[in-house]
Amino acid sequence: MKHIKTINKANLKKTAAKGGCGKCQASCQSACKTSCTVANQKCEREA
Amino acid sequence: MIHKYKLSGYNVLLDTNSGGVHIVDDLTYDLLDNVQPPFEDTCPQKIIDKLGKIYNKDDITECYDEIVSLYNDKILFSEDDYEKFALTSVASPIKAMCLHVSHDCNLRCKYCFAATGDYHEGRMLMSLETGKKALDFLIEKSGDRKFLEVDFFGGEPTLNFDVVKQLVEYGRSREAEANKKFRFTITTNGILLTDDMIEFINKEMNNVVLSIDGRKEVNDRVRVRADGTGSYDRILPNFKKVVETRGKDKDWYVRGTYTKYNLDFSNDVMHLYEQGFDQISVEPVMADPSMPYAITQADLPRIFDEYEELMKKITEIRDSGKFINFFHFMLDLDQGPCAIKRLRGCGCGNEYVAIAPNGDIYPCHQFVGNEEYKMGSLNDGSFNDDMKAEFAAAHVYSKPECKKCWAKFYCSGGCNANNYIYAGDIHNAYKLSCEIQKKRLECAILMKALTMLDTAE
Repeated sequence: MKHIKTINKANLKKTAAKGGCGKCQASCQSACKTSCTVANQKCEREA
Repeated sequence: MIHKYKLSGYNVLLDTNSGGVHIVDDLTYDLLDNVQPPFEDTCPQKIIDKLGKIYNKDDITECYDEIVSLYNDKILFSEDDYEKFALTSVASPIKAMCLHVSHDCNLRCKYCFAATGDYHEGRMLMSLETGKKALDFLIEKSGDRKFLEVDFFGGEPTLNFDVVKQLVEYGRSREAEANKKFRFTITTNGILLTDDMIEFINKEMNNVVLSIDGRKEVNDRVRVRADGTGSYDRILPNFKKVVETRGKDKDWYVRGTYTKYNLDFSNDVMHLYEQGFDQISVEPVMADPSMPYAITQADLPRIFDEYEELMKKITEIRDSGKFINFFHFMLDLDQGPCAIKRLRGCGCGNEYVAIAPNGDIYPCHQFVGNEEYKMGSLNDGSFNDDMKAEFAAAHVYSKPECKKCWAKFYCSGGCNANNYIYAGDIHNAYKLSCEIQKKRLECAILMKALTMLDTAE
């Protein structure tokens, strides 16, 4: 495209169907403890 | 819902519901102020006439077609259809615990949310017996979750390190029969760290969080001992030793707090980096606005500038081929957490609880000592499942401001404790924190996008 460069190919919607396994880390247990960011956590679902 | 912003000479366009990120030209940026679904087959003449005063008319129609194409591909103006997941997946096992082994501390940090370590409940250490009950409770409540996270917290947990060691041993002894794997972590101020402690921590703890605020004068202004003297000179060599002897496969962070006293906190991040620490988390203080160190709305423009400055400094380091990780700029635009995970924040009160030294159970460390939010006790076996359900239902669709916010799938409703303490209810967004979070995300999204731009279509 000439005017728009799309950066990422992933679509959050695709993750909804198979998501929610709960194996990932609790978001506050890593290095925040006061300001929660979830999007910087890793998915730990086994393929 | 879309969100667009200008930063460092780039126009960034985010599609909230798909997570799609696009870098766009000025024409697209301006055209998006004038168009939204439902789209027509060709660009409406009145829009061509309006923008035609600035842009070439053929370019406008071409750009319109690109926007419609992305809309049809469901990565622009995509629908929000996650609410059904928020309403159905509420009952979660408990998988993480903040274990307050010490409500005592050898520092008197001026901004301490825990009332210099005792959470207004009197100085107290957790007994081994209570700690074992806590691990038993976690195993019992963890359902099919294999990995159980336990953070040794305080106060200062090294003041009760014998209990820490015995609890790690106890936890390990139960792993096989319970089919669980403990991931222990510890958060320490570093004052008491000995070689033996460091060896134990580096062997047993999946993550260690080392509390230091940055430059000596910044750290020592607020992170002081009972006699008022600073902690920097004592903790820095200890932290260096932790990191130098730590296995490459294990996580660690130096974690600082910035306040009104150091709004130029990018210099503190750089100071920590220059001291050899390349895993860094530095966060804004959360405090009553009347406190002299508290960050207020008036500080936000300065803070926003500082995050941009930090972004530039980190980019320079990475461009020179060196590694640095800033926790709140971490973002994976291709393979982050699933949409379900993103509906709720940390999981406090639902997947995550805190245990006080006396065995009382709270939704998280920041609620400890608040009688209204006491969930139960390990001593009498009580546990308030209704309160757990209340926290499970605290997702982005039950928080009015979050529901309409572009950042909802990144911060996931923010910190419930901050919402409660500073905005009166776990469902009310704490605006000051939101504004900072959004700025950090804008920087993080752009930084990541630029690394992926070469392969973008």
